[in-house]
Amino acid sequence: MTDGLTRVQLLRRAAAGGAFLTVPGVLAACGGTSKKAASTTANQTLAKTLRFSNWTLYIDINGKTKRHPTLDAFKKKTGTTVQYTEDINDNATYFGKIQGPLSRGQSIDRDIIVMTDNSRYPSLLIKKGWVEKLDKSAIPNIKNLEPTLQHPNWDPNRDYSLPWQSGLTGIAYNDKLTDPVLTVPDLLENPKLKGKITLLQGVGDTMPLIMAANGDDPTKVTDASWNRAFKLVKKAVDSGQIRQFTGNDYSGPLAKGDLSACFAWSGDVVQLEADNKHLHWNLPKEGGGIWTDNMLIPKGGNVYTASVYMNYYYEPKVAAAVEDYVNYICPVVGAKEVLLKQDPSIAKNTLIFPTKAMLANAHNFDANALNNEKYITAWQNLISG
Amino acid sequence: MGFLHRHRNLTPYLLLAPGLLYLGFFFVVPLGFLAYQSLESGNFDIGYAFTWAWGNYWDAIRNYSGHFVRSLEYAGIATILALAFGYPLAYWIAFRGGRWKNLLLLFIVAPFFVTYLIRTLAWETILADQGPVVSVLRNVGILGHDGRLLATSTAVVAGITYNFFPFMALPLYVSLEQIDGRLIEAAQDLYASKWKAFLRITLPLSLPGVVAGTLLTFIPAAGDFINAQLLGSPQNHMIGNVIQSKFLELTDYPAAASMSFVLMAAILLMVALYARAVGTEKLTG
Repeated sequence: MTDGLTRVQLLRRAAAGGAFLTVPGVLAACGGTSKKAASTTANQTLAKTLRFSNWTLYIDINGKTKRHPTLDAFKKKTGTTVQYTEDINDNATYFGKIQGPLSRGQSIDRDIIVMTDNSRYPSLLIKKGWVEKLDKSAIPNIKNLEPTLQHPNWDPNRDYSLPWQSGLTGIAYNDKLTDPVLTVPDLLENPKLKGKITLLQGVGDTMPLIMAANGDDPTKVTDASWNRAFKLVKKAVDSGQIRQFTGNDYSGPLAKGDLSACFAWSGDVVQLEADNKHLHWNLPKEGGGIWTDNMLIPKGGNVYTASVYMNYYYEPKVAAAVEDYVNYICPVVGAKEVLLKQDPSIAKNTLIFPTKAMLANAHNFDANALNNEKYITAWQNLISG
Repeated sequence: MGFLHRHRNLTPYLLLAPGLLYLGFFFVVPLGFLAYQSLESGNFDIGYAFTWAWGNYWDAIRNYSGHFVRSLEYAGIATILALAFGYPLAYWIAFRGGRWKNLLLLFIVAPFFVTYLIRTLAWETILADQGPVVSVLRNVGILGHDGRLLATSTAVVAGITYNFFPFMALPLYVSLEQIDGRLIEAAQDLYASKWKAFLRITLPLSLPGVVAGTLLTFIPAAGDFINAQLLGSPQNHMIGNVIQSKFLELTDYPAAASMSFVLMAAILLMVALYARAVGTEKLTG
């Protein structure tokens, strides 16, 4: 579940993927012909296969057959087989893997990839021209996109991306070890928590909460607001208040009691709370974080087929079927109503279907700041001593 | 056959060819590429260009000397600890193991059938604040009431020592196992005490194992980043952590490449000093 583990898995899968998944020729014609590809709205025929790379455990699965029912239904409906690969475990590592071929104008043999907007990579892929525009004429269901997710500053009109799932970042605490920890200042300054808290490694995960606590807007970062937030974290690192910066490896120590409180993702907390009734999670009152995993079509991918699939996923019924298996936040309006009938406990879980107030109080991190070399270098130096 | 017969002197080169090609493709070429990259300037957005940017090396040393020193220090301590634990163990298995030798060796290697990462995560459980080790240390007063092991340098060094232990223990075992017991008997016949026989016979004959073991432990340990990542706090991060964050998070390839070369140079220097101190012939026996 950590960076390192995922890297190991990723390498192993990359080796396996290299052996099984290369479909030479299918898209050979598309490699490097960026101009041609950009204007291919005319080509509206479905490909035989859709090659979809996603994160692990991120779609519905039948426990017995290990097949994905919504993908089988897509094949039945359209005739297109989805070649579904769970080979993304970490944004940076996956980007490192695809940036070589993409920068050389080669296809990466994928039609859809999924990357998180709390990392710099989705915006970077667009800026570099390494992703295709969606064929919105094939995605009428885009109207079902959750309103708060419609205009991220790195893709204001959703021309290149559509959300797959979102997640909230808040503060988790263990009530056996501490009084409720509900605010960032309490977490970073309460002497009783010294050496017993962690923050998240990703600047886009941690900073929205810090900036919101300072009363600054995390979606529009300025030098002044950055410096205020950075100083606050640095002080807590230097004083030993912060024990570590983690990926989702905070969950073990939190459950065991090594940590009293930490920044934590809503998706992990669904499971943690179910296992341990002493664990609680809240969005801080001053504001929490929200990140979104976005479907993108890498250059050379089949735009029309990928768009048809996205349209399919944005049917509330399909999104609901996926949501029933995934503990993150559904971006498709209407899925909740479907689930209220089928699986009300999921539909009523505010970690999966958050309230309007929660969504309004959760902030994305400014994509310009994520790509600001000065900021991210300072951040990396801070979290590695 | 005819060709080979006529050019018999080519045979050794043909036999060497697979190894050389392998090293060429998978070591020399990437290393050359890394060297080229380390002298580039620019950034990921506008692209990197080769400009003989020696400044990258200066920046690496100036900004991260603390991490370099810490890496060598942790690796050094871990190597000494592995030797201290490994030598008696290997000695005992080699001379007293009897018919259990193979089983005992298997015990040393067995944990390594499990992934490196899982093994390191296991240490997170062993050293947990609420775990048995910490509570014993707290009770006997070695750790303060609120003391901890995780997220300290002790945990990082302990993790590295454990993770590289077989690289120390196995070469030690091989060199000790080969010692002819009659030499020790002869020493005792000539009135050497057990201790003296060990110092004059066993230890010198096992030195190739000591040298091989220390090198095999120290070199990869100095570049490790998993232990520091999982068992340390930001203050315990090693140069490997910085290099991986430069490569993957910041996509600052020239900085990462130049730091890799500085690390390589630092390790080479340490190894050269070491080889000089004990003599290289010890490695070859």
